[in-house]
Amino acid sequence: MEEGRILGARISPLNARRLSNFKANRRGYWSLWLFLILFVVSLFAEFVANDKPLLIRYDGDFYVPVLVSYPETAFGGEFETEAEYADPFVRELIEEKGWMIWPLIPYSYDSIVYDLPTPAPSPPTADNWLGTDDQGRDVVARLIYGFRISVLFGLVLTILSSIVGVAAGAVQGYFGGTTDLLFQRFIEIWSGLPTLFLLIILASVVEPNFWWLLAIMLLFSWMSLVGVVRAEFLRGRNYTYVLAARALGASNTRVMFKHILPNAMVATVTFLPFILNGSITTLTALDFLGFGLPPGSASLGELLNQGKNNLQAPWLGIASFLVLAIMLSLLIFVGEAVRDAFDPRKTFRS
Amino acid sequence: MTQPLLKIENLSVSFGRGDREVQAVRDVDMEINTGEIVGLVGESGSGKSVSALSILKLLPYPVAWHPSGKIFFEGEDMLSAAEARLRQVRGNDIAMIFQEPLNSLNPLHAIGRQIGEVLSLHQGMSESAAKARIVELLTMVGLEEATSRLHALPHEFSGGQQQRIMIAMALANKPKLLIADEPTTALDVTVQAQILKLMKELTQELDMAMLLITHDLGIVEHMSDRTYVMNEGRVVESGNTAKLYADPQDPYTKHLLGSEPKGRPDPAPADAPEILAADDLKVWFPIKKGVVRRTVGYIKAVDGISVQLRQGHTVGIVGESGSGKSTLGRALIRLEKSDGAIRLDGNIIQGLSFKELRPLRKEMQIVFQDPVGSMSPRMSVFQIIEEGLLIQNIGNTYEDRRRMVADALTEVDLDPTTMDRYPHEFSGGQRQRIAVARALVLRPRIIVLDEPTSALDMSVQAQIVALLRDLQKKHGLTYLFISHDLKVVRALAHDVVVIRDGKVVEAGPAEQVIDNPSDPYTKALMAAAFKLKADESGVVRG
Repeated sequence: MEEGRILGARISPLNARRLSNFKANRRGYWSLWLFLILFVVSLFAEFVANDKPLLIRYDGDFYVPVLVSYPETAFGGEFETEAEYADPFVRELIEEKGWMIWPLIPYSYDSIVYDLPTPAPSPPTADNWLGTDDQGRDVVARLIYGFRISVLFGLVLTILSSIVGVAAGAVQGYFGGTTDLLFQRFIEIWSGLPTLFLLIILASVVEPNFWWLLAIMLLFSWMSLVGVVRAEFLRGRNYTYVLAARALGASNTRVMFKHILPNAMVATVTFLPFILNGSITTLTALDFLGFGLPPGSASLGELLNQGKNNLQAPWLGIASFLVLAIMLSLLIFVGEAVRDAFDPRKTFRS
Repeated sequence: MTQPLLKIENLSVSFGRGDREVQAVRDVDMEINTGEIVGLVGESGSGKSVSALSILKLLPYPVAWHPSGKIFFEGEDMLSAAEARLRQVRGNDIAMIFQEPLNSLNPLHAIGRQIGEVLSLHQGMSESAAKARIVELLTMVGLEEATSRLHALPHEFSGGQQQRIMIAMALANKPKLLIADEPTTALDVTVQAQILKLMKELTQELDMAMLLITHDLGIVEHMSDRTYVMNEGRVVESGNTAKLYADPQDPYTKHLLGSEPKGRPDPAPADAPEILAADDLKVWFPIKKGVVRRTVGYIKAVDGISVQLRQGHTVGIVGESGSGKSTLGRALIRLEKSDGAIRLDGNIIQGLSFKELRPLRKEMQIVFQDPVGSMSPRMSVFQIIEEGLLIQNIGNTYEDRRRMVADALTEVDLDPTTMDRYPHEFSGGQRQRIAVARALVLRPRIIVLDEPTSALDMSVQAQIVALLRDLQKKHGLTYLFISHDLKVVRALAHDVVVIRDGKVVEAGPAEQVIDNPSDPYTKALMAAAFKLKADESGVVRG
């Protein structure tokens, strides 16, 4: 087998084979690229959809409102507060002595469009490509920001719950016996707790934000990986190479993390895209029910709810449904390709 | 005889197509006549099983395919035969038995039913007639009390009995040709001798031909009339067995025949000091039952064994599977919980905690049987060997450790420049060398060798044995050599301990125990191992 290199880093023949298996799944490969493009674009949402210009030339100076907050007085206005660039008055002030470059979509997720041709929610127009929601906010802008927060929430939750889940599963599987027994019973009881009620109670005590939701969800989502990792460790601890490491004097931690974990990661990695999908769906569901992110924040679930409440404005429901459906499908396709990549029997099919 | 029972002409087998094509078998010609036992010998990967499987078209088609060749069974070409016709032939005219009897029997069906299925499928026999025939078959293969055991499940039988059942199943339809693919490899030597004797008798009795596939040269010499030797997919030599063994022509055959582990170990000083010893060592595994997991009894894997390892000596631990020999080896270096005193250099090490034991680990190392399983597939060879150094805090810098690993690899005759490769890029014999290097890099005084040659081909075995002998001479190493293979033990051990069911049967200097055993069990073991002779005295259970 040829020794391959990717971005200068040495990759083992095994990983090279996995990579080629991953690429062989065309649908998954393209889904990954498409998803990455969408994700990267949404990461820079402030530069794509914003109610502040990207760059202002005023009176011989350059201003970058996207990054820096300028008072209106800087442009010859009257208020000390941050300039409202969408305001026709401010606009006139600036364009008198210079020019400004607007983002592709001149609305942020929370900017309200006042000069609507029809009462909100207004249908798609040349200005608002997918119309506005029932509070007169541009749907495209909200979708971009909503996509970003959904994926970020999903990613953070997936990573954190994987770490906790892998650690818990590893301990159970490796030590087995009483440790395993007690842990398993604990998980059975813990998984019986009603997450939704906890969130409703939480909502009455504090205002749930991104981190509160993440913490509560994490309390319960780590269990999804435990079973897989536990099984891998139960199997792995009986391998001869584990015994060989113990004969060298290796400690339990060393055996667990150096010898068994890398071999148990295959099953874990295969699961990740699906856990990510689950996390995104959970956040959307909470937002839809109104127990999710604080009011006003961009969220796909909230937009879905608006779609339900405003059946006369189908662009709300259809747009948010399509974004969710595309995002989740892309991730599932990527997940399938990852599964193929780690399938040891895949190579024998021609 | 005008027409041979089976005639293979110019057979080739390939897996995959295009760039990925692997030629497993190339231009093989073979003939088998009625009443004849034909041996097919070769090392792993030589294509012997693939050739045999193509006779019945049992390969994973269409991935496998035949670029050329014809297989005539009684004049009929099997390769171009229709699937329906093949089904008639399979199990009816040509029957097969495999290496692992337990994997070949359905674990959920009673043995009577499994044999009955063959009868009703091919002969449409009625239930009562089938039952009588099943009992007849089982009695014929030497299974006692056949009538009462028809409803027993496969796991209730021992390995030898399972293989007997497989043979009964294969013979149910009075096949004209029996293909036996490593039929005794998974069995203990004493049982192997019994099964081979049975198979030879049955071939004569039923006037059937047999194709015996094996890697064990001793078996072929003992059993077959004619022999084919395969290497890298080709038949390199064939002919009358006695003639072929007496006067091999092909260099590969000569190499194979010359590679049997031979000789005796170099004499070790008689007054060497004791390094590691155990008195009355016991490893009992509790059997727990009921809701509260009460201990109701014990499996006595090691039951009161005393051994003494002296500097530069090799003690061979001999026993059949399940005798507790591996457990003994692991218990001695404290990898298994045990009772009884264990002394290292006169200091008691029984009862020391894992941490207290860590510095002592570099004194005593172990090499395992399976060269594939004993290395993490995700670590490079350097990382595998380096690990012991890291744990034991030997070698301060990366360069130091790099050099020490290179030295260890050189010592086991491997190229040190290959140390950044992964284990799967090495062959079985090379991997076993890596395992030895992993132990050796710590400069141990004692190495426990747990069946280090059992998973290897014959010619590779001989190389590993030679390597171990050289290392012993060079470093004054002390070995505890655990094996069921008495030929290898004879080539390495100064002292031999024969154990059975966790107890010592016989112990003493190697010459005495191997050449002149006193215990009846040891006698039976030696006869089976060296002369493939089944013991009739009843000390050995099938």
